[in-house]
Amino acid sequence: MAEHKVTGHRILLRHRDIPEIGKFEVYTAQGGFDTFKKVVTTMQPADVKKLVLDSGLRGRGGAGFPTGRKWMFVDDNNWPHYLVVNADESEPGTFKDREIMERNPWQFLEGIMCSAFAIGANEIYIYLRGEFWQLAHELDRQIGRLRKEKLLGEKLFGSDYSLNIFTHLGAGAYICGEETALLNSLEGVLGQPRLRPPFPPAVGLYDKPTVVNNVETLANVALILEKGADWYRSFGTTESAGTKVFSLSGRVNKPGNYELPLGATYRELIYEYGGGIIDNKKIKGIMSAGASSAVIIANDEALDTPMAYESVPKLGADLGSASVIILDETVDMRWLINKTIHFFNHESCGKCTPCREGNYWMRHLTERIWHGQSDQSDVILLDNVAKNMQGKCLCALGEFSTMAVVSSIERFPEDFKA
Amino acid sequence: MNQLHEKYAKEIAEILAKYPADRKRSAVMPLIYLAQRDGNYITKQEMSEIGEILEITTTEVASIVGFYTLYHDKPGGKYRIQVCTDMPCALRGAEEFLVNLCENVGVKVGETSEDGLFSIEAVMCLAACDKAPMFQVQSDDGIEYHENQTVEDTRALIDGWKKKEG
Ligand SMILES: Cc1cc2nc3c(=O)[nH]c(=O)nc-3n(C[C@H](O)[C@H](O)[C@H](O)COP(=O)(O)O)c2cc1C
Ligand code: SF4
Ligand code: FES
Repeated sequence: MAEHKVTGHRILLRHRDIPEIGKFEVYTAQGGFDTFKKVVTTMQPADVKKLVLDSGLRGRGGAGFPTGRKWMFVDDNNWPHYLVVNADESEPGTFKDREIMERNPWQFLEGIMCSAFAIGANEIYIYLRGEFWQLAHELDRQIGRLRKEKLLGEKLFGSDYSLNIFTHLGAGAYICGEETALLNSLEGVLGQPRLRPPFPPAVGLYDKPTVVNNVETLANVALILEKGADWYRSFGTTESAGTKVFSLSGRVNKPGNYELPLGATYRELIYEYGGGIIDNKKIKGIMSAGASSAVIIANDEALDTPMAYESVPKLGADLGSASVIILDETVDMRWLINKTIHFFNHESCGKCTPCREGNYWMRHLTERIWHGQSDQSDVILLDNVAKNMQGKCLCALGEFSTMAVVSSIERFPEDFKA
Repeated sequence: MNQLHEKYAKEIAEILAKYPADRKRSAVMPLIYLAQRDGNYITKQEMSEIGEILEITTTEVASIVGFYTLYHDKPGGKYRIQVCTDMPCALRGAEEFLVNLCENVGVKVGETSEDGLFSIEAVMCLAACDKAPMFQVQSDDGIEYHENQTVEDTRALIDGWKKKEG
């Protein structure tokens, strides 16, 4: 049996090593969909869940929750089950899921198909941000091909298992990346978050048990099932197994996606892969998880910190979706927070007061501060508004909106002196 | 008579088949896209027709239209140029690009060219932050990305539309 070829530590961005992998014939010649067939015809869903749990795979959408554990929460006394793939990818600085789906689509599709089997779902919805219009149409064609090849449809390979995949386009709303807002949007009601609990594995899409996972998370699954949990754990650290696609952007010479083992350092990412800072300027700050993250002071300690779920918090930030935005000495933090707040104020869904009102106020304050129309009292007020929002918002967006503000004021005070 | 249904009967049937029969309001988003396919915006009449197909009120459809940035209840340019000026792109020159583009083509942000051909908007992150300056074009033909752009590239694109629409 042919096996998926992995070069170095590239598990997900394999199209960079196998240029034609986007063609169905090339992917299948390499053993593509053999794993799916093997899983459906010879394995039990519980075995698949166990293997993914043992691999140490954690969610790549931001929260880093162990994937196998999430799958085990699915309520087996309530049917049908759904798998919903989060392809909303709207966090500023994040552009990894798009590359995976565009360039290595069959591995992504095989991954979600194996995952659906594991949780006993016969239907998968891929929720893509509306801007991925062309990509969604390409996926529709690829799904059609899979149906023709009898890899999707009724009673696959003579078993009792049936599976279908549908794409659903969002229409430009960051909040729909939050999993319960996403489910509401998919149900045709306003895309605002739901109160939790219950969590989706208990009550999700159409009130049925549902797993929502990120694109990158699931794109790992077919290879993990083929090569085993130990193989996957041979990459990364004990608590952060495997590889991760880092979306590198901002003031670097070579922005782009870089897949590295978890535990690689910021220095490697920025200087070895990203070609260093534009015009050899001095690096100032790192946003480790897109616009939602606290700003890390880019000193030697930070640069030598491993990019892993357990290490980044020591710097007062999170690994999150690993969208690494680089700020150099030319960037004024007053400008930065004005930009992030502009984003969050625009994207706040308005359902709860602290986030809606808080962002409105922060928007006015950051505008004034950036344009030099204020004194120190506005900075203090801004800091207060942000801190008062923390812990009071219905969903994580409200919290996210305060991160850059509070950390910048605290860690880069010189930028806020009038 | 439901004109939307007359016009797109086959597409509507395909869209509805994606969702459980008793959950057809899930189709509201794809149906709004369908209505926008002609003219790049949705009319009140079309909203009420969608409501009729899905057995929900026109107000419910209108609130969904209002919630998302890719739905428009007013006509804009035939081609909507949506330039990303969000923070990561702005760190790579997107704001200057937008200013220069507007100056070059003589259309302000949020406005439409006199001939109605195109409008220019500033939008949030489009998941292409490593390829700034970039924008997407929303038109009757869907959405298309244009990355690593210069004002000259964009100018040539607009001239191409002018020829096409003659
Ligand atoms: C405001 C907000 C936006 C989010 N956007 C995304 C997104 O675009 N893509 C994504 O995969 N997860 C996003 N998430 C996280 C999801 O809610 C969810 O945790 C994730 O899809 C779970 O998948 P995972 O376990 O595979 O990471 C977002 C969360 C919040 C609060
Ligand atoms: S925190 Fe913000 S985005 Fe989340 S529910 Fe409240 S208003 Fe909506
Ligand atoms: S910030 Fe412009 S595409 Fe992400």
